[in-house]
Amino acid sequence: MTLLVVLEHDRGDLADASLEALTAGRGLAAANGWPMHAVIVGANGENLASDAAKYGAEVSHVVGHDMLVDFGPEAWGESVAQLARSIDAGAVMASGTERGNEVLAQIAARLDEPFVANCVTVTPGDPWEITRVQWGGSLLEDTTLVAGMKLLTYGHHSLEPSPADSAGDGSTIAFTPELDATLARTIVQDRTVLTKGVTLATAPVVVSGGRGVGSAEGFGPLEELAELLGGRVGCSRAVTNNGWRPHSDQVGQTGTRIAPEIYIATGISGAIQHWVGAMASKNILAINTDAEANMVVKAGHAVIADLHQVVPAIIDEVKKRKGLA
Amino acid sequence: MRILVCVKRVPAPGAKILVTEDGQDVDAAHLGFTTSPHEECALEEAVQIAEREGGEVTVLTLGEAAAEEQLRYAASVGAHNAVLIPTDGEPWDPQRTARAISQAITDLEAADGAFDLILFGNESADSGGFQVGVRCAYALGRPIVNGIKGIEFADGVASARREIDGGYEVYEVPLPAVFGVKEGINLPRYPTMKGRLASKKVEVASMELQADSGGLARVRLHRPEEQVSETVILGTGADAAGAVCDLLEELGVL
Repeated sequence: MTLLVVLEHDRGDLADASLEALTAGRGLAAANGWPMHAVIVGANGENLASDAAKYGAEVSHVVGHDMLVDFGPEAWGESVAQLARSIDAGAVMASGTERGNEVLAQIAARLDEPFVANCVTVTPGDPWEITRVQWGGSLLEDTTLVAGMKLLTYGHHSLEPSPADSAGDGSTIAFTPELDATLARTIVQDRTVLTKGVTLATAPVVVSGGRGVGSAEGFGPLEELAELLGGRVGCSRAVTNNGWRPHSDQVGQTGTRIAPEIYIATGISGAIQHWVGAMASKNILAINTDAEANMVVKAGHAVIADLHQVVPAIIDEVKKRKGLA
Repeated sequence: MRILVCVKRVPAPGAKILVTEDGQDVDAAHLGFTTSPHEECALEEAVQIAEREGGEVTVLTLGEAAAEEQLRYAASVGAHNAVLIPTDGEPWDPQRTARAISQAITDLEAADGAFDLILFGNESADSGGFQVGVRCAYALGRPIVNGIKGIEFADGVASARREIDGGYEVYEVPLPAVFGVKEGINLPRYPTMKGRLASKKVEVASMELQADSGGLARVRLHRPEEQVSETVILGTGADAAGAVCDLLEELGVL
């Protein structure tokens, strides 16, 4: 038996989440006494075999086909399902990103096997015992898994990636799936990048505002502070529901999951929906008039005051220290 | 255009979520219920498409009898038909849920014709299994793309937008198609008084369906261990700016 880890990339640009998947997969493969193999689908994938080896993959299966240049959930799912069947894989896993969960669901539908999304711990045995995330991380669910082939994703940000003690040699095996031409119907046709540089998901600093900001204009100072710190502006669901900011700025269960060095949450009460999107932050500074607000109670640091007074004062102080004022 | 939207009834928690003593479910004794957020947006999108392109919206849910509340809500914001697949109140695993919904769709289409478009939420707010829509689409032999935050139509093709980090990608999917929709595709409307009244008269069709369970069985739900840490208060006014900047320097972001 073999554990297959599906790597996520765009034309050779590896997603960081895949390093988490390889790190988690290494432990799971060892617990089963199985080797870990990587699966790389799509154009320029062979360049990633050395990364996979560094994180403990014995071999990388490079899945190539004319249709497999850009991402397509059906074509990717079908390809990995065929590979998994052909090598009689014991388990297939990926990171619980948008694409990771989608591809595993596609595989599960094709093989008619269960799929466990966003696992935190996985203990092989009879049956396998799994703890997975519910409510975006507010609750955990212990579950048992009985399946011919085990299909799962690990919750993104649920562990720190680390290279293997002994790296593989980076060897590859080519695999060519048989793909029906109709699967081209769900392949990416076009891609537009609007934001160059740091994005909300990757920014080292996120300065966020909630209902307490009071208006769309109220985000001006938050924009200025974020820019001074090389960060991005985020917001709560109440803010997007009021139309003050676009949904793409929303941090939360139904928005973006972030993990910055510091999250500065201003005027945000910290409802569950928001908290689970921010809880992977390494540090949290809450600025709120309410000392009992959930966000303040859960934050490592807080300022108990009106954000409209504190944020401009922080901007002035930052400028002073940067020699800009 | 014939459109089907599949929604899920979920509790609406505030700042804290509790589990029943036996660990089998969320303690909803003091909670209201709502439509899972992605699905609320899928419903709004379906209604907008029907208003724009012409057509009819059917809303379907699988759940306990009380889920009729979410079906009536859907009717109050513009859904024309409502279908309930009743359960005994026990949570169904994703495979069982998908098998029942696929069967229901097949039956509905045999009676009244194929749906041009079927919308699911990207994932449910509670169990977050990320798979029921994909399993149904596969069972029906139809294309599906998840994470959709924009849909337009031209010549029998749906052009669907999906957000990626810092931008978006576009899929051109022939109809009939299935999409997993995400919050942010629109801002759902609130029901009008007229809509509320009309929704009371909508007939909720009940489809009794059995389906085999899959390989996942819940043992218990529990709350993650919280790291209890004292919050360090850096100040109570604008004079906290110095301490905040000290912290930012310490973390290497200033």
